[in-house]
Amino acid sequence: MRLGYPESVKIIRVPCTGKVDALHLLRCFERGADGVLVVGCREGDCHYQSGNFRARKRVGEVGALLERIGVGGGRVRMVNLSSSDAPLFVRAAREFHEAVLAAGPNPVGRRRRPEPAPARAGAPNPPPQEAIRP
Amino acid sequence: MIVAERKPIEEILPWLEGVRSVLVLGCNECVTVCEAGGKKEVGLLASALRMVFAQQGREVNVGERTLERQCDPEYLDELRDSIDAYDAVVSLACGVGIQFTAERYPSKAVYPGVNTCFMGAALERGVWAERCQGCGQCLLALTGAVCPVARCAKRLFNGPCGGSTAGKCEIGPDVECAWQRIIDRLKALGRLADYETLIPVKDWSKDRAGGPRKVVREDVRS
Repeated sequence: MRLGYPESVKIIRVPCTGKVDALHLLRCFERGADGVLVVGCREGDCHYQSGNFRARKRVGEVGALLERIGVGGGRVRMVNLSSSDAPLFVRAAREFHEAVLAAGPNPVGRRRRPEPAPARAGAPNPPPQEAIRP
Repeated sequence: MIVAERKPIEEILPWLEGVRSVLVLGCNECVTVCEAGGKKEVGLLASALRMVFAQQGREVNVGERTLERQCDPEYLDELRDSIDAYDAVVSLACGVGIQFTAERYPSKAVYPGVNTCFMGAALERGVWAERCQGCGQCLLALTGAVCPVARCAKRLFNGPCGGSTAGKCEIGPDVECAWQRIIDRLKALGRLADYETLIPVKDWSKDRAGGPRKVVREDVRS
């Protein structure tokens, strides 16, 4: 369909939104993301039964914490779509983009990613990079 | 396990005014299981603190560490080489761990990051309920393994009060009557005759009424 969505949106793939932890969401904001949109499968369509419901609860919890610490609870949002709902995804991405623009830059500011520790000689392979990064 | 709840960050922040480095210290035991003070909760609180400090324009080093236990000196000693880098510690252990950390490192300000609630069990994920008050003189053999001290609002020992209705306690419709549970259990075990046995007056000196308690085992003492 070649639908366009705002360039500011970076897609981070996860196997299921149930994988998205509150810590992942907080780290995005800690490192300067202006907003995080969690896009899960439709209710009742989760391959793992309840991953999207778990994600919704976590998004609510993180939103409440962000509100309390002054970052703004509206910067994290969840929508439920199927993989064939491209027009709905584009609409959700645009609406969220507008909402984040209205909220302004993340008051935490941008922080550089911490440098990974240098690998020791003979050490096993370094752990994989975190799946989620802003 | 000892069940605790995370303190709201608003309660913790005033304690950290003026500090330049703070260690958020978790515990791998009970508070990890009840999701109040394990490694993940340490990460969440540390992340939130960093965001608050960043907004305040403060350069505060927020460290994260989770010990196997905070109620045993050998695990607390693991901090000996690193604790001097911090002005303060926010401990997410139960009240025992918080106090023991402060005793072990008397020059450090140690603040609680959780409210320690009770000794309890997980009814389901995210729901914990009280089961023991540590009264020091266990009566569970007489009561079908249902505790009248922890689970009866009036701590009655010889049957229910008049407020027991349809198996529920008068203090709330969601609270089970402990004595109804005891009678049901004894009946199921074929031991209902035990219900007629009077439980003697309890020695409350073994409870908190006797002041702070201590257990000494000479056979294992070093």
